[in-house]
Amino acid sequence: MTTLSTPSLASAFAINRRVLYALLMREIITRFGRENIGVLWLVGEPMIFTLGIVTLWSMSGMNHGHAIPIVTFAITGYSSVLLWRNAASRAGGAVEQNKQLLYHRNVLVLDTLLTRILVELVGATGSFIVLISIFGFFGWMKPPENILMVIGGWLMLAWFGSALALMLGAGSAYSPIVERLWHPAAYLMFPLSGAAFMVEWLPVNLRSVVTYFPMVHGIELLRAGYFGNAVKAHYDIGYMAEVCLGMTLMGLYLVREASYRLEH
Amino acid sequence: MLELIDVSKTYHTRYGPREVLKHVNLSLGKGRNLGILGRNGAGKSTLIRMISGAEKPNTGRIKRGMSVSWPLAFGGAFHQHLTGLDNLKFVCRVYGVDYRPLVPFVERFTELGEYFHEPVAHYSAGMMTRLAFALSMAIEFDCFLIDEAMVVGDVRFHERCHVELFHKRKDRAFILVSHDADVIKLYCENAAVLHEGKLLPFPNVDAAYDFYNETMAEHKSPDGNVEAA
Repeated sequence: MTTLSTPSLASAFAINRRVLYALLMREIITRFGRENIGVLWLVGEPMIFTLGIVTLWSMSGMNHGHAIPIVTFAITGYSSVLLWRNAASRAGGAVEQNKQLLYHRNVLVLDTLLTRILVELVGATGSFIVLISIFGFFGWMKPPENILMVIGGWLMLAWFGSALALMLGAGSAYSPIVERLWHPAAYLMFPLSGAAFMVEWLPVNLRSVVTYFPMVHGIELLRAGYFGNAVKAHYDIGYMAEVCLGMTLMGLYLVREASYRLEH
Repeated sequence: MLELIDVSKTYHTRYGPREVLKHVNLSLGKGRNLGILGRNGAGKSTLIRMISGAEKPNTGRIKRGMSVSWPLAFGGAFHQHLTGLDNLKFVCRVYGVDYRPLVPFVERFTELGEYFHEPVAHYSAGMMTRLAFALSMAIEFDCFLIDEAMVVGDVRFHERCHVELFHKRKDRAFILVSHDADVIKLYCENAAVLHEGKLLPFPNVDAAYDFYNETMAEHKSPDGNVEAA
């Protein structure tokens, strides 16, 4: 076997796919182990989180005084937060923890980040689907009015989470400060993310502030799909796409730079 | 052909930037070999990291016209929770090789027995080294990178490594770095000395050997021990 220094695009793609598969298998085994339910924790962990929030919000009544059911509101809200936040959080340590793998020349810094992002997106998506299926089956939750809008909102949030993860993952390879700041930032962003409110419920002057946060648009779209005419949603997917695209390019640039700055 | 063109690397330390490699040039044809001598801290491991691609140089280029291995017997990429078999599967997936035909060789070479199916966390240092070396031999490369300090073990293990590497794979190229001039003299057809970040070429191994031993003598500490050797 001979690998030349500049492989063609097709073979580079094939190598990349192989490496991603290898990293995914490694990540899943090392993170969830083979004991008890193993890989199912991937979906189980975010499910338990969301169920906890659903219970809390339902019990406290979360007297939001609006016509929409609290269970559906909580499941759509918290699942969306987990979708973008977990991907970003797990990407934080990815480079540092996988640095030794870079001795295998085919493994790139980008691969280590993509692996973590994929695992988290699959976990959060699986948890969301399982929860709405179970709750739907028992009649605690109605099916969405417009499934395409739900999928669209979900995909946008996944894009936002991935772009954020690239930036954070590469950023923490530059300086550990990035990860330290991320934890409080993630915590503070939760109440602003649109998970616990709908823009319509806010005073007008606050609306214009929260709509600067890109994830708000994703969740508004998702809820518009879920509740249909029962809610008035405020979203601008063009704006969200612009921010996500900018973040993705910035993230990819940082990843490239980070691979030059790494020191073992 | 493997080529390093004007490769430099600077590390950031608490006392400011430190240039570890200074404009290193090197070329190695298919099936050829090169020994690189250097004292501790001369930049040998850094050079190996540049060639393997684990780190990128600040300036200069590395052209790899043949497949280059990861540093021989490097076990740092093992995951503690993965078994020996898992680690074999992992490297095979990365390099696009079917792992199944390789299992008998790895089991035989590592002599791990049941431990092959145990997490690496339970391994002794010797078991770890044997697994690392076996995985290095499981994937075929045109050129092997060998950091002599990484291949530690008893005499028998060394003999078996020797057979695998220098007899069964004598058609391959390799780069061997060591602080031990006799090791280089034994295995290499060409030699260079890494001295203060610069790679000094020599017309033959003996010339490199003599130069290295002379500079080593200069660095002897008063009690007669070779410093940091």
